[in-house]
Amino acid sequence: MSDTHAQTVAYVRESMLPEASPPIAEKGAVKWLRENLFSGWLNTILTVLSLLAIWYLLSAIGPWLLNAVWNAQSLRECREILDGASGACFAVIKDRWHQLLFGFYPPHLYWRPVLSLILLFVALAPVLFSQVPRKFLGLSALYPFVAYHLLWGGSVWLPVSVILGFVLGYVAFRVLARIAPLVAITGAILVPVLWWIFFAGTFTSAMTSVAPIGLDFVRSDRFGGFLISLVIGVSGISLSLPIGILLALGRQSDMVFVKSVCVMVIEFIRGVPLITLLFTASLLLNYFLPPGTAFDLILRVIIMVTLFASAYMAEVIRGGLAALPKGQYEAADALGLDYWKAQRLIIMPQALKISIPGIVNTFIGLFKDTTLVVFIGLLDPIGLSNAIRADTDWNGIYWELFIFIGALFFIFCFGMSRYSMYLERKLKTDHR
Amino acid sequence: MSTSDDLRRMTSVPKRSFRPSMLLYDQRYRSITIQVFFLFMLMLGAAWLIDNTVSNLRALGRDFSFAFLNAPAGYDINQRPIAYDSQMTHGRAALVGFLNTIILAVLACALATVLGVVAGVLRLSNNWIVGRLMTVYIEVFRNIPTLLWIVIFGAIMTEAMPAPSAFRGDDPAASMLFNDAVAVTNRGVYIPSIEFVRDLGDLRIGPVAPSLNWLLVFFVIIAGIYANKRLIAHATAVQNATGIRPKTWWKSILILLGPVVVILVALGAYLDYPELRGFNFAGGTHLRNSLIAMWLGLGIYTGAFVAENVRAGILAISRGQTEAAFALGMQPGKTMRLVILPQALRVIIPPLISQYLNITKNTSLGLAVGYMDLRSTLGGITINQTGRELEGMLLMMLIYLAISLTISGAMNVYNSRVKLKER
Repeated sequence: MSDTHAQTVAYVRESMLPEASPPIAEKGAVKWLRENLFSGWLNTILTVLSLLAIWYLLSAIGPWLLNAVWNAQSLRECREILDGASGACFAVIKDRWHQLLFGFYPPHLYWRPVLSLILLFVALAPVLFSQVPRKFLGLSALYPFVAYHLLWGGSVWLPVSVILGFVLGYVAFRVLARIAPLVAITGAILVPVLWWIFFAGTFTSAMTSVAPIGLDFVRSDRFGGFLISLVIGVSGISLSLPIGILLALGRQSDMVFVKSVCVMVIEFIRGVPLITLLFTASLLLNYFLPPGTAFDLILRVIIMVTLFASAYMAEVIRGGLAALPKGQYEAADALGLDYWKAQRLIIMPQALKISIPGIVNTFIGLFKDTTLVVFIGLLDPIGLSNAIRADTDWNGIYWELFIFIGALFFIFCFGMSRYSMYLERKLKTDHR
Repeated sequence: MSTSDDLRRMTSVPKRSFRPSMLLYDQRYRSITIQVFFLFMLMLGAAWLIDNTVSNLRALGRDFSFAFLNAPAGYDINQRPIAYDSQMTHGRAALVGFLNTIILAVLACALATVLGVVAGVLRLSNNWIVGRLMTVYIEVFRNIPTLLWIVIFGAIMTEAMPAPSAFRGDDPAASMLFNDAVAVTNRGVYIPSIEFVRDLGDLRIGPVAPSLNWLLVFFVIIAGIYANKRLIAHATAVQNATGIRPKTWWKSILILLGPVVVILVALGAYLDYPELRGFNFAGGTHLRNSLIAMWLGLGIYTGAFVAENVRAGILAISRGQTEAAFALGMQPGKTMRLVILPQALRVIIPPLISQYLNITKNTSLGLAVGYMDLRSTLGGITINQTGRELEGMLLMMLIYLAISLTISGAMNVYNSRVKLKER
């Protein structure tokens, strides 16, 4: 008894067997294929159909892309080089990329839009990413003036006088705040308005005659291409969010009159196509303004696009406000916060967080809608593609231009939607 | 007695005389002050705008009148759902444009719904390659402006399709699709149309004159649907009473299709196929390139958005619902039909309707490919010819507003019907 398998029973194995390899159908690529592509007859059919579709697309577009011609002066030359084979003629992009990007902006001044774009990302960094120190936000507030001066040029004193208005308003607020808050707010609004109406013009012309510094002036009709989409898009995006928040708050308000006006504005703007608003800007604004007023078409378009996006923004934010539990409002009241403090500290941070996807979707929609300005005679990328085709050299070229324009829009819009996903993940505070 | 008096004195708000400063600092009055101020500013602004408009109109020597709608239009419209020629009025032209807008909107909504539902469901499929393919479709179409898509589809139709002459000869370069029924050419798509041997004439009501034949067919279809609904309600009643559901499928088919077939045969309906005559196709229905480009552009673009709504709606239903249905012993098909879909639809329908609204508003981009919608007729040529920008734009905005408010009103009715009855 002591010499037979002292430790264990006879039929129990003493040593571990080496691991057997799994069946061939349960490992590696075969398993993945079985599970993901051929798990049933329906899936198999779908897989085969998709492969066929991909093959069809590739065989149609692939050779065309591979044979692309990059160096030619005209479509005819492209066709000669291709010699009957099917192929893209991307030479048109090489020839006209500057027009598609900048329109008729003077070529020796291209550095100005480029610099504004770079500065835009610098100014956006503190807003977009929390790792950047907060104190750079002040510089971001200066960006609109810098960008305006860089893009349009003219006397440097015009933006300076506008900034001065804001500074004066702030000073008035601080001085008058000792008297009464209401006086301070009235002063903070009245002083800059009075400054801009009565003194800013004199100040600008006086300073310009004393110290004529500034960049070359570029007229608005020289703007075009992707530059115009970006100018309208970025200004519309940055202005529509605050106006949208105000409209949403107005719609939620207890004040019957304010509420009904906000509802009417929102429903009217959402009920008509953007293109009718743009036509209003280009055709009808002369009727509504005092005789002899003429102001820049790009500015009018920015105002209309902003109004349009604000109404959509208001609805998105209203959704966020409605999704907040009522307890949050009551908690803010219980803490004794007044309306604006409650909104700023408790309600808005949560409501905006909930509505991030909607807000970014509205931004993307606005950016895409900037292409509609082609209908009122501004030369956005689509308008320029028609202009390029009108040239005898490039008459009959379509797909290459469309691919270039589409790719540019795709990069910006896709980037925005990815950023919103990042923001959602970052701000996620629930534990799931 | 005295204690209740004390109590009343302690709890009631002390009566104080009204002072003007209370208008600003008392919560009860402040909102009124703000509203009065707001109203005042608003009226001031409105008065300023109206005053400017009136003085501008006077300076231009114009009046404000809609009389131009009765003047002869003098321009042609290539797609005419109702009778129209260039001698008719601007009002008639606007009506034609309006009908074209509606036709395009309905077609594009149908395409977007079909594509969106298919792509949204397939994006959630376990099949790796199908899921990726749908993601690519959705992202590519969502992130590129709809105007560019419309222009691209317009270019595909005019540049990449064969000319009618390519269909000619013994060995033609191009051939018709679906057994010689459909011809896709660079002048448009030709499809067979339904014609009648016996014509009952037109119904004359005001500006439109719908064909009596089609009205009859339409009426029979509606009546069939209504009768089928009654049949199913009856079957449910029988099931509730006896526990056995009578078989209805063959009765349904008979009720839905039978009368329609009878009426079509009675009217002598036949298919008119397009065929090549001379330099172009004749017969059938001609769908212009502008319509096809707008339809595909709007439909496929919006389909990507609908797909995302559908996906979100399905994902919003918690897995517990499926598991509960399985625990009750339901089949997967029934689970989908009776448990998942009714709940998902509640999430899907509101954004879907707002996509329909977007399509309707985006039909105004028809100008890009020369589609003669309301924007191109009333808001385009009519305004250019008469110089009545103010009236024309106002009328056009009101019409679009009316369409939008109708659609969103329908959505509100639907929403209140399917809303969760919470207690």
